Amino acid sequence: MRRTVLAAVAASGLIVMLAGTALTEESNWGAYQVNDKRSGYTYAAAETRAIQDDDFENPAMLWVDTGGELWNTVEGEAGKACASCHEDAAETMAEVGATYPVYYEPRGKLINIEQRINLCRTENMKAKAWKWESRELLSMTAFVRNQARGKPVAVKIDGPAAPFYEKGKEFYNQRRGQLDMACKSCHEDNAGNMIRANLLSQGQSNGFPTYRLKWQKVGSLHRRFRGCNKQVRATPYKAGSDEYVNLELFLANRGQGLPVETPAVRN
Amino acid sequence: MAKAKPRVKVPKTAAKGEVLEIKTLITHKMESGQRKDKKTGDKIPRKIINKFVCAFNGKEVFSADWHPAISANPFMSFYTTATESGTFEFTWTDDDGSVYTKTAELTVK
Repeated sequence: MRRTVLAAVAASGLIVMLAGTALTEESNWGAYQVNDKRSGYTYAAAETRAIQDDDFENPAMLWVDTGGELWNTVEGEAGKACASCHEDAAETMAEVGATYPVYYEPRGKLINIEQRINLCRTENMKAKAWKWESRELLSMTAFVRNQARGKPVAVKIDGPAAPFYEKGKEFYNQRRGQLDMACKSCHEDNAGNMIRANLLSQGQSNGFPTYRLKWQKVGSLHRRFRGCNKQVRATPYKAGSDEYVNLELFLANRGQGLPVETPAVRN
Repeated sequence: MAKAKPRVKVPKTAAKGEVLEIKTLITHKMESGQRKDKKTGDKIPRKIINKFVCAFNGKEVFSADWHPAISANPFMSFYTTATESGTFEFTWTDDDGSVYTKTAELTVK
């Protein structure tokens, strides 16, 4: 009897050890790790990483392709397409994905890529704004951010953006919801630990919009924020709300130096 | 999503007898027919791609029947042997009868 108990304890110890080694089997992550900042890529399963590594297998590239087509599609009363002004996206959009959100003078607040796209549509193209999370807006955002793939995230948090950065930081550390948890409770304090069956990542934003296997499609960063907020049983803010855009800036700065991975693949 | 968008990857040229890997991907929701509309409680009707066929010069070389457990935006890869130059034709058949096709040329040296 006693022997079986001991054997069971030894066996479970072995399992824990094995699990421990499995999680840290690969320690050299190349560009996906900058000092102690680790992209979500390094927390993903090998199979998931393989999908992201091959542009053909990566289903999110279909959204990027659609974005490329929309780039050249003339819409709105002004008779313009994105390409009419911005021409070759590979050149003109090369930095955008790494530097947004930015402070936007006319509105006196931050805007992110989605909002910049819709501003261009309503003001310059005189076309209708795309709905948040619509295939069009996701495709265009993924396409624009994809142009900066591989470039290190480099957002500005000084000057007029500073107060918004502070607000984002406050949001990140603020406990909320019935579970009384802040973003940092999982992504700072417990990154690398399991939350039920899932491995917690550092919650870096460099791969968004990302193809989530759970969603079976591409989703925006704000959709992910809403999901996280719901999981701690807090009332989520609207996608595109100031709170989330400020948080987006804080997160980008938190992952400063990590390469833009858009479109990433996560579980 | 208005229209499914297929993508295929086939080598342009190959030596005779070479084994080729062919990769295909298509955008599709693959609605399983087992989900309910959260607001009304009605079942969302099934709409999936139920058949995938790859033909070479009109002759079927690979086919698969797909069922509701296949994920959205299905990816399929398989191998075939290069025998002669010709055209691959890929067809995906939807539950509603629509057929999505894509072709690719192969030159055998």
